[in-house]
Amino acid sequence: MTDTLISVKNVVKHYTRGKQRVEVLHNLSLDIPKGDFVALMGPSGSGKTTLLNLIGGLDQPTSGEITIGGKRIDGMNSGQLANWRASNVGFVFQFYNLLPVLTAERNVELPLLLTKMGGSERLKRANVALEIVGLKDRARHKPKELSGGQEQRVAIARALVSDPELLVCDEPTGDLDRKTADEILTLLQRLNREYGKTIVMVTHDPKAAEYAKRTVHLDKGTLQAQAA
Amino acid sequence: MKYFNLIWSSLWRKKTRAWLTLLSLICAFLLFGLLQALSVFFTAGADFVGASRLVVQSRVSFTESLPIRMLPEIEAMPGVKAVSHDQWFGGVWGENEQLFVFANDPERLRITYPEWKMSDAEWAAFKNTRTGVIAGRKAAEARGWKVGQKLPIKSNIFPKKDGSMAWEFDLVGIFDGIDESWQAQTLGLYINREYFAEANQFGSGFAGVFNVVLDDPQQANAVAQAIDAKFLNSPNETKTQSEKDFNKGFFAQIGDIGLIVSLILVAVFFTILILTGNTMAQAVRERIPELAVLKTLGFSNGTVTALVLIEALVLCAIGAIVGMLLASFAITGLAENVPQFFGSVRTNATVWFQAFLAMIGLALAVGLPPALKAGRVKIVDALAGR
Ligand SMILES: Nc1ncnc2c1ncn2[C@@H]1O[C@H](COP(=O)(O)OP(=O)(O)O)[C@@H](O)[C@H]1O
Ligand SMILES: [Mg+2]
Repeated sequence: MTDTLISVKNVVKHYTRGKQRVEVLHNLSLDIPKGDFVALMGPSGSGKTTLLNLIGGLDQPTSGEITIGGKRIDGMNSGQLANWRASNVGFVFQFYNLLPVLTAERNVELPLLLTKMGGSERLKRANVALEIVGLKDRARHKPKELSGGQEQRVAIARALVSDPELLVCDEPTGDLDRKTADEILTLLQRLNREYGKTIVMVTHDPKAAEYAKRTVHLDKGTLQAQAA
Repeated sequence: MKYFNLIWSSLWRKKTRAWLTLLSLICAFLLFGLLQALSVFFTAGADFVGASRLVVQSRVSFTESLPIRMLPEIEAMPGVKAVSHDQWFGGVWGENEQLFVFANDPERLRITYPEWKMSDAEWAAFKNTRTGVIAGRKAAEARGWKVGQKLPIKSNIFPKKDGSMAWEFDLVGIFDGIDESWQAQTLGLYINREYFAEANQFGSGFAGVFNVVLDDPQQANAVAQAIDAKFLNSPNETKTQSEKDFNKGFFAQIGDIGLIVSLILVAVFFTILILTGNTMAQAVRERIPELAVLKTLGFSNGTVTALVLIEALVLCAIGAIVGMLLASFAITGLAENVPQFFGSVRTNATVWFQAFLAMIGLALAVGLPPALKAGRVKIVDALAGR
């Protein structure tokens, strides 16, 4: 039996657009064990990003429970959630979302600013994270001096640097060509296998989903039958 | 400050824009430093003087001289301890350098102005030399005058008996002030009234204004009223003021300095406020997705607000410090080159403190709205570009 890391129970998520209320997730439940690598697939608008944001503690469910590593995160206030995210989740986005004014190592250092770590220790760790993603030699480069694939590696290094158990990735290869996408996916796979990171990755690319241990399908806010 | 690198880099996100904003801030504080220094000088100049002395002038204007025959009458009034008189001579040094020259009586001057410090020998020489002149230390130092030399001074008001405007005096003494504020005012010269009265073409009957030293400063108002009442309905009606108010009236010729300065500064800071405020707002607006990323990484709303606010503060502080330093250099230069007017103008602690307050106010005004907006950024909306 494996430990459950993520437990989503009867989650409902509404958005109100003007006077209209849109229900995006309908009574959704999902368990993800520690060390898993899950691909979350589904058509555009099916609620993948919404679900991922809930798991990553960026947003809160309208109702239902979300427990991560034994801790209930629904109902936390925004300050508590911010603290929780800082030490428990790493985020990777489709468009990398690096700060253009900072060098690669300063971007990777950002999450460590929230810890009590000293300056030299922070930069040391940032460089270790860059080494893991194979970009140690680009530490002093600004994002605009890097290729898309390299930017995404920096983003992954930033997600890793505070050593969270969970990585959530929203279409991490959506903006990359096939070859670069494969490299990024191989990297994620390695992080899952060698470093034991639990990964939840949204994608609509079936080839990308092949790198995951399993795939979950979402359609119109409901989970489809899971393949093992 | 571990966030320094982040704040500093964000500040320089758009280099040209940052430089322009910084330059306009520097200009604003340069102007602030210059004008405030002048303003502090003019308002403080009047504050130096206690109310232990009154100045009696013609009710019409201080440019209208009062007759010398009034002196014993004023001197005899109750509450009056001593009287001297100052006749404005209107001296010009060299081509057109304005001097502050007054004709006074050496003995009376020494009694009514104990703030002027000079050796007994020099006071005696002043009394005994008909063509003697004494100069304030700053006035003398500025022109390298030495006791014993002759000073050719033109009057732009009084011709000599022979019709010539060119006078010559013997420098017999250099006086200083008893304390720092009086030392700062040693810009004037005194000539011997006796000689002046004999030698000028207009006669010896006029005395200028009277300086009245009181027995008791508490009685200033009562004595002033008594003097004005005594000469009411005479050919020489008087206006008696504290020395402080008289000085203010003297400088009022130059215009209401304080008001002019305030108006200019309000205009400047209003412009800067709009300019910098707009720049900050724009800088934050285009950075909303990045702020959302910081929040995603675990930065709290308060930290994000603080980062933007500190950014505004750093920008305004650099502008203020550089601008004020430039103002200090400019004023020191002015004071050295035009000492008779700017001699004691300084960007002193008062001016720096005012600049500090202006800087904080400006930073809050331009930084707080975008900082609060930054703090309110909703992560999921900003990430999705909503
Ligand atoms: N903040 C929001 N306000 C209003 N509607 C939203 C919001 N977020 C998502 N939605 C809507 O919810 C649905 C699911 O969105 P999303 O989770 O982004 O889908 P996916 O990532 O699967 O494409 C979409 O119809 C989207 O328009
Ligand atoms: Mg999506």
